[in-house]
Amino acid sequence: MTTISDPQQESFRLSMLLNDTRYRSLTFQAIALLVLIVSFAYLGNNLISNLRAAGLNISFEFLGSPAGYDINQTLIDYNSQSTNARAAMVGIINTLLVAFLACVTATVLGVLAGVLRLSNNWLVRKLMSFYVEIFRNIPVLIWIIIIFTIMTAVLPGPRDFRGDDATASMVLGSFAFTNRGIYVPAPIWGAGSGIVVAIFVASIAGVFAYRRYATKLLYDTGRLLPMFWPSVAILLLPTIVAFYLLGRPIGLDYPELKGFNFAGGIKIGGPLIALWFALSIYTGAFIAENVRAGIQSVSKGQTEAASALGLRPGRVMNLVVLPQALRVIIPPLISQYLNITKNSSLAIAVGYADITATLGGITLNQTGRAIECVLLLMLFYLTISLSISAIMNVYNNSMKLKER
Amino acid sequence: MSDTHEHSVAFVRTQAVPAAPPPFQATGPVKWVRENLFANIPNAILTLLSFYAIYVVLSATLPWMLNGIWNTQSLAECREILQGATGACFSVLVERWNQLLFGFTYPAEIYWRPTLAFVLLFLAAAPVLFFDLPRKLLVFTALYPFIAYYLIWGGTVWTPVFALLGVVGGFLVYVRFVRNSFAAGFFGGIAAAFVIWWIAGFIVPMLAWENPVLAAVPSRDMGGFMLNMMLGVVCVSLSLPIGIALALGRQSSMPLIKIICVVFIEFVRGVPLITLLFVASVVLAYFFPPDATIDLILRVIIMITMFSSAYIAEVIRGGLAALPKGQYEAADSLGLDYPQAMRLIILPQALKISIPGIVNVAVGLFKDTTLVSVISMFDLVGMIRGPILASTEWNGVYWELFMFAALLFFIVCYGISQYSQWLERRLATDHR
Repeated sequence: MTTISDPQQESFRLSMLLNDTRYRSLTFQAIALLVLIVSFAYLGNNLISNLRAAGLNISFEFLGSPAGYDINQTLIDYNSQSTNARAAMVGIINTLLVAFLACVTATVLGVLAGVLRLSNNWLVRKLMSFYVEIFRNIPVLIWIIIIFTIMTAVLPGPRDFRGDDATASMVLGSFAFTNRGIYVPAPIWGAGSGIVVAIFVASIAGVFAYRRYATKLLYDTGRLLPMFWPSVAILLLPTIVAFYLLGRPIGLDYPELKGFNFAGGIKIGGPLIALWFALSIYTGAFIAENVRAGIQSVSKGQTEAASALGLRPGRVMNLVVLPQALRVIIPPLISQYLNITKNSSLAIAVGYADITATLGGITLNQTGRAIECVLLLMLFYLTISLSISAIMNVYNNSMKLKER
Repeated sequence: MSDTHEHSVAFVRTQAVPAAPPPFQATGPVKWVRENLFANIPNAILTLLSFYAIYVVLSATLPWMLNGIWNTQSLAECREILQGATGACFSVLVERWNQLLFGFTYPAEIYWRPTLAFVLLFLAAAPVLFFDLPRKLLVFTALYPFIAYYLIWGGTVWTPVFALLGVVGGFLVYVRFVRNSFAAGFFGGIAAAFVIWWIAGFIVPMLAWENPVLAAVPSRDMGGFMLNMMLGVVCVSLSLPIGIALALGRQSSMPLIKIICVVFIEFVRGVPLITLLFVASVVLAYFFPPDATIDLILRVIIMITMFSSAYIAEVIRGGLAALPKGQYEAADSLGLDYPQAMRLIILPQALKISIPGIVNVAVGLFKDTTLVSVISMFDLVGMIRGPILASTEWNGVYWELFMFAALLFFIVCYGISQYSQWLERRLATDHR
């Protein structure tokens, strides 16, 4: 037997920077760093000389100056004398609003379509795959514009609701679909309405408490309490009783035709509706595919084993299939939510005042502060994306199959 | 058996009863309908609801489409002919056909050039998409970018020729040096190509004729569906190699390279494409030298390529991560160095796993090319919303135009996704 001794330590030579794998990575990184610095210096130099030539500078003072434009859909106080920062704030809230609405409806639509795609019914299956293929393969921008066109060109104007020979009428007497937007009744918060709301919140907590108690009872003693009807009762009864005892503090403000337009109620503008619906049905098609893939990923043996244990079909779904399918469904679902948030920037195509349309659109054009505006815009979206992916990572780690 | 019981039992059948036909409800279409449409009550309700939905949609669209008018000059004429009946005015598609496809400023007499480039695209893409075709066709694929550039933009023939020469020179240098080390060949090839292009920058203006064979068309004249196709094809093909490089960089053991790649990928994936397009239209010009005039289409191509390469990098990273560790170790134990291991062992398998994801990104990117209409470029959607709907003849023809745009995109995207499913089945070499 010969023993292999370490080769003699060679002294460092320059050629080892290229040929020796120990040092080569250092060479490459040094080159990369050099290239990076040189290109950044080049771009920065160009930027500075271009800005100087145009007589510009980088400053964020414009955020404090009056915006000078109106926004028709705002959730917070805003007028044309408010600052540009305030306008950007309105935009951020509007972005979050439409993203939230679209996430909720897209999930409902997507889960429904995904489950129905696996239905035993041939016709339903085909219809749902038709829906998925149609909406996945056509750009969302075209859908937004199409729905916006329906909103503005097909729906009747407020004047069609007027007079005895009105060509349009309000749905159920309280919803008006007009080409200026949809008017829905607004709640009026009277005295004592706070108590009703508080009772409602408390009863939601009560439902959860009841379900926990029922589950604990089931595990401890094997007694099965009814779940559905008691939950509904706990949720609704106290609130309804309180509502009538306090003399109906919450009323509804119905939209009414006054002058040339509707007054009262809440106006949901056409652009918001277009964006909301288009994003929902477009992303719903993607979510449907995720849901289908998730359910199909649970092997048939699991369902059969659950049935062999004597579980009813509903329980097979709730206790065996869904917990395993959700592990597959939720990560792509969250990235679809992220896509909705990013796609909501298409609001600018239909004039919905989200952050892209206010900060990146009107403010940018009026102040000419292109670099600053785009920088802030990117920062906003980056913050949202990175925080959602951080949450995602935590979730993924907690849901990871615990293996040896 | 029958003999033994002949006397003890009153009647014994001696012949088998011929098989009775199955009941009417358990065969053929009736059975199929019962099982697939009316299996139980909720199912039957769903079926009826679906029929109702189909009826509603068809009763609204069919008369409209069948009554369509194809040969008028304006919407007013359509309305005159229809006399208040429902009917589409498809004449807008006929009358503005060229504008929808090529934009409104591309010279009409040379429409044959982009059309030819489009037809050749299929020829060039065929050997990449279908492996059974002879490999020699790949030569044409390699030549195609230069031919297509020359056909669409025109101008002096020497620009694409020298561009091609640079690539060929770089390739020759690469072949010469790759035996010594991959890095030397790779970087040497790139350097050689850049040297040739730099020299060409001086020669081409001298060689350019006054009246080139194919008239030059400025980029701002491109539009319509042609623009969508150009952006889609160029950006997808450019972002593939960049995406592979970024994915490998993200897996790299060199910390600096890894950080650069991670920051780039996460940054680009975190912002919407529209903000990158804003960068292309209003910010990017600040970063170029003052005398450089880089036209909008090129800036848009740069930004979209960045965007899609980040997404493709993530898809390929997934493919790399999905490979069993044994493959990396096997490559190492064979004594292959990093470039060899990647080229021969890892990437072929990783890319195969990533194909569905890459195709998804490509389809998504092609759909996203419509966003350029927001920064006032006249692609298909931009043409419809801008010049066509704003014209006095066609103001108000929404459905026909948007359905046409939707149909074009649907055909392309659905075709690509069907191809990817075929490819997945074709490449499934594992035993599952």
